[in-house]
Amino acid sequence: MKRRDLLAAAALAALPLSSAFAADYPSRPIQMIVPWGAGGGTDAVARIMASVMQEDLGVPVNVVNRTGGSGVVGHSAIATAKPDGYTLGLATVEIAMLHWQGLTELTYKDYDILALVNQDPAGLMVAEDSPFTTAGELLDAIKSNPPGTYKGSGTAQGGIWHIALAGWMLDEGLAPDQVTWVPSQGSASGITDMVAGGVDLVPSSLAEGTAMLDAGRIRALASMSKERQDAFPDVPTLKEAVGSDWTMSVWRGVFAPKGLPEDVKARLTEAVKAAYDSPEYQEFMAGRGLGTIWVPGDEADAFIAASDADFGKVMKAAGLGDD
Amino acid sequence: MSVYLDAFSLVLQPQVLMVIFLSAGFGMFVGAIPGLTATMATALLVPLTFFMDPLPAIAAIVTATGMAIFAGDIAGGLLRMPGTPASAAYVEDAYRMTRSGRGAEALGACLFFSVIGGITGTIVLSLAAPQLAEIALKFSSFEYFWLVLLGLSCAVFVSPGPPVLGLVSLFIGLTAALVGMNNPTAEPRFTFGSIELLAGIQLVPAMIGLFALSEVLRYYVHPTGSTRTPPVKGSILRVQLGNLRRYPLQAMRGSLLGTAIGALPGAGADIAAWISYAVSKKFSKTPEKFGTGHVEGLVEAGSSNNGAISGAWIPALVFGIPGDSITAIVIGVLYVKGLNPGPTIFLTNPQMIYAVFIVFLIANLMMLPLGWLAIRTAGTILSVPQRILMPIILVFCITGAFAINNSLAGVLIMLAFGVIGFVLEENGIPLAPAILGLVLGPMLEDNFVTSMIKADGDFLAFFERPIAAGLGIAAIAVWTLPLILRLVRGSQRNGEAT
Repeated sequence: MKRRDLLAAAALAALPLSSAFAADYPSRPIQMIVPWGAGGGTDAVARIMASVMQEDLGVPVNVVNRTGGSGVVGHSAIATAKPDGYTLGLATVEIAMLHWQGLTELTYKDYDILALVNQDPAGLMVAEDSPFTTAGELLDAIKSNPPGTYKGSGTAQGGIWHIALAGWMLDEGLAPDQVTWVPSQGSASGITDMVAGGVDLVPSSLAEGTAMLDAGRIRALASMSKERQDAFPDVPTLKEAVGSDWTMSVWRGVFAPKGLPEDVKARLTEAVKAAYDSPEYQEFMAGRGLGTIWVPGDEADAFIAASDADFGKVMKAAGLGDD
Repeated sequence: MSVYLDAFSLVLQPQVLMVIFLSAGFGMFVGAIPGLTATMATALLVPLTFFMDPLPAIAAIVTATGMAIFAGDIAGGLLRMPGTPASAAYVEDAYRMTRSGRGAEALGACLFFSVIGGITGTIVLSLAAPQLAEIALKFSSFEYFWLVLLGLSCAVFVSPGPPVLGLVSLFIGLTAALVGMNNPTAEPRFTFGSIELLAGIQLVPAMIGLFALSEVLRYYVHPTGSTRTPPVKGSILRVQLGNLRRYPLQAMRGSLLGTAIGALPGAGADIAAWISYAVSKKFSKTPEKFGTGHVEGLVEAGSSNNGAISGAWIPALVFGIPGDSITAIVIGVLYVKGLNPGPTIFLTNPQMIYAVFIVFLIANLMMLPLGWLAIRTAGTILSVPQRILMPIILVFCITGAFAINNSLAGVLIMLAFGVIGFVLEENGIPLAPAILGLVLGPMLEDNFVTSMIKADGDFLAFFERPIAAGLGIAAIAVWTLPLILRLVRGSQRNGEAT
């Protein structure tokens, strides 16, 4: 550790001479921007990524939280940084959503994508004292009561879990606002509010409800994914529960500003891959119930393009897009 | 009993004690630099904790944050730069005490009563965490709306001078809180196309500007006769025993109320410190001295905000619900270490939980000598003449405002709020309510709007839940009681006259 610090310091001192040559990359600390707050799921993924990557790259990778504006502030900071490989960011699914709401001009095309490293499906959770024990019962009640009888929460207005719920309602032939959305700062406050009796359901990822699920204070009724999740084998998919094909998930990846030099991009991709494959990363993610996927940069464009188009359709249909 | 012995043997390892000691120094260092916060200290420690055993990992975070929060009070007392919104409640008293030569006593009180609050909070945590967490879980947006309103009302009524000036200050803070898109509809408001402003007015730069920069401006506009602040001399801790003997009830009340408010996931040290300061003033024999360099409010609010920090661990350990940004990070660390928070942690891993409580106690006790050292060291900067000190403060203001987010926007916000703070003070308007308005404005709006959505627009729903009704009546009483009392007295007097 000591010796590496010394090396880093020496590298820093030599900086003015060497920074023009990408061959020496990396020669100084790298900054990783997180568009969400410290302590959340994105922050957790970024911090474990950063701490494993710095072992490989030999320079510190510092996590900087640039929060606010539903993620616009942080995502803009990543895109507008100098594409020299010294500023990276952990971008999230919102980059495929925000531009549909007219909140930013940015899209995934404004980045060099190194890889997607995490994916978590939406879930469906109710409080332990809720009358509903299956997704089917809940859906029947939602259908047979007037719109707005039931309330859901778990993210901001137009956020990923809101879209997950609205999309499911559309898939069932209901109005997207059949269940009234109550905006919250995040899934943790949405779940707490549900336990306090404030709302009826929270469609956030099951990983975000782990502690309350273990404590027996909430019940997971379904996972909005094609297959059951490894961490929650007893929770049926939406297809199994109510026959709906609707799926929705949040994904996160390591992004860089557009225009990285090729050799820098190759070196970073290698470091991200090594970090992803490391036991530290895999154990950490499993410990928090977070899902892992590996979508390398060249495939990520197609993956995100599909996701982006889906959001456009649902958000327009749900009246959440910018007209 | 054997659980306690196991816990002690876990803690009394050289490695654990070493980690506690080093992170204490680290926390003290980070906290003492204006603009660097306890949350930042925690975030910086997290990558290191990945390579530690569970107990030292948690010990490092607990110790560093406790120290950092206290160290923030040092800059508050000496330079009028509150480290956290919580310490803004009593920064005026602490700063005025320093200016009148009682700096050692003021900072000593911050230190000593922080320790008392922290220890009381830990004892409550170890005895009643599961029960308290049950109560905390009953709080929904209705209850939080009233609690926030209560906190804001307290800020208006405790500020020195007529309440109407406090109200003016509060509304300036609330107006600034409208900026950005952190509102329930996520629509950008008053951002003028700036991406930085989408995140709203950054709190720490605003706070540094309002309090510290305004002081620098005032120095250059009205150069005072005395060019030197009285040095921080005299006893730091010995006088605190006298303060404890004089205000035992205040210290206890502050610690317990702070712990209770801290246990609520949606409320924390900020609201706790303000409500405690208000309670202290309300029941004080000398309420007129508050805000002029009086130690009583410092005793109660200082105990309260540290109690709240311990209290925040209650929902975090029992339900994995973060009470503040620090416990949010800690919950992440707990998961990494396989110590999944939840009620079962008290059954499956009791020795670990008790070991964490012991770490809390050690960390709090270690604060006394280290804090003493920090006060002595920091005190020497005050022996510098003001004409040299003021430019140094200005440099601190700028670097602090920049460091919080590594962005120039922070510096601009700091400068703007410095001018606002200067203008306000020139007109006798207190600054502190503006800060609380800025912190709690978004919470007030969020909880109001989400409650109205849940209630389908029916305002009476704010009184339907028992706890909400109680808090609502209290909040309304804070505003109407003085009026009613005056009316009653007035009519009695009229009755006597006729």
